Amino acid sequence: MNNVLEVIDVTVRFGGVTAVAGANFTMKKGELLGFIGPNGAGKTTLMRVITGIVKPQEGHISLDERDLSSLSINERINCGLALAQQIVQPFQDMSLLDNVALACGSTKTRNAIKSMFYTDRSEERQRAAELLHMVGLEDAANSMPSTLPLGYLKRMEVARALALDPHLLLLDEPLAGLNQNEARGLADLIQTLNNNGQTILLIEHNLREVMRICPLLYVQDNGRPIAYGPSKEVMQIAEVRSAYLGKAE
Amino acid sequence: MAYEITLLTTIAISVLFALSLNFISGFCGQISLGHAAFLGTGAYTSAMMTKASIPFLVTLPAAALSAAALGFIIGLTSLRVRHDFLAITTMGAGFLFVGIIRQQDFFGGEIGIAGIPATGLGRIGFMSLCMSLAALFALFSIAVRRSWMGFVFASIADNEDVTRILGINASAYKLIAFVIGTATAGVAGALYAHHFRFIGPDSFGFVESVSVLAMVIVGGIGSVTGIIFSAAILSVMPLMFQFIDDYKLLLYSALLFFMMRFSPDGLAGLFKRAFRKYAGERP
Repeated sequence: MNNVLEVIDVTVRFGGVTAVAGANFTMKKGELLGFIGPNGAGKTTLMRVITGIVKPQEGHISLDERDLSSLSINERINCGLALAQQIVQPFQDMSLLDNVALACGSTKTRNAIKSMFYTDRSEERQRAAELLHMVGLEDAANSMPSTLPLGYLKRMEVARALALDPHLLLLDEPLAGLNQNEARGLADLIQTLNNNGQTILLIEHNLREVMRICPLLYVQDNGRPIAYGPSKEVMQIAEVRSAYLGKAE
Repeated sequence: MAYEITLLTTIAISVLFALSLNFISGFCGQISLGHAAFLGTGAYTSAMMTKASIPFLVTLPAAALSAAALGFIIGLTSLRVRHDFLAITTMGAGFLFVGIIRQQDFFGGEIGIAGIPATGLGRIGFMSLCMSLAALFALFSIAVRRSWMGFVFASIADNEDVTRILGINASAYKLIAFVIGTATAGVAGALYAHHFRFIGPDSFGFVESVSVLAMVIVGGIGSVTGIIFSAAILSVMPLMFQFIDDYKLLLYSALLFFMMRFSPDGLAGLFKRAFRKYAGERP
């Protein structure tokens, strides 16, 4: 089976600090990969390399066997990436429905000049309503983001990313800031999406939920890859345990 | 009657100029503090062409093109700098424009260009042209705001980074906003030059850029009807009351301050809130 994502020998340095050193992993279609590591492990930096915000000094990223190195963020998104960010950033002056509808209209917004001649939003709003229903936000579709709690906005971020019909969905700490029930509910949703065939790379600190839903793990510590494989086997590795729990004296 | 025609022509040119800035700042969220430079580019282009015996109506597209070319260049800087830095960059571009015009005899230097030929349309004909162009651009603005382009403009104004994460080429949209907005300012400049029949570097300085920004902010940034109203009032007041003209920068700056402090969404926002309150209080 062809790889959806290939991260090959990626190294990122900020001045004298190596944030990511030789990151290596691949993802096949339909996989749910948990990307974990303690604070400062370089997880968000690697996520930014994949989305094109940070340029690596070495290595390359490919999506569906296409090298992404020379592409801008929006070009990478149009190749099939979608990102739900750690810090939720809804468009504050739009309802949740319009936040998602804008992402649904990628065929209408791809050409800036042509976008002037499209006015109808009903089809995109219909699709947005379906996505909001899928993430359990149908009742809040017409609410403004400023009136809603964090848990709702995290789900909206996922719906907005799904609106792009991505080949690969990147989720950057979607459970951060949520209470136990909310985190469990959102983790269940991520698992359901994956069961429906969505390929997902999940960066997350909530180890309990990651272990519950992710069959595969990639672990980084201090920028270095220290483990990659089935979750239960990875968590048996001494280096992984010490990275999380510290070394025994 | 001649006085009323002058007033209405001035209002129409100001409305067109203010709506052109609204396209860039109101719709797309790109703050410009040097918008008078584009008015000036159109004015100088058109005035020099009509002085060279080229028909006025032919100079209008030329004015739009020259201002749009400059707008495209300034728009390119908006791809690298944002927010306060963009405001300062555009302000610098405005000072640069006045500095260049002031130093070049080719453009009339400090003295400016006097004796700009009449348009040949007659006073009423010229007034009708100005009002028609202002009305057309107002309708165009409303149509764009309702289109998917307007939808994307609103998202860029709100959060450009997130717009990019949705796969939208925000740079292309910003450049289009700059080109359309500055081309329209160029047309307003051509009308301005042939309305007053004299232009000089001081006609397009920082005071003019602040004045047009005040029209947009006071009307309600992004609100076409609010800006038409504020541009009409603020452009006529200095003509009707001489002391306002003397203290124009002070008055407009104070208006900007009070609007940003007490009603950031301008008169349009004030009216909306008042209407909602009234509608809410009705049984």
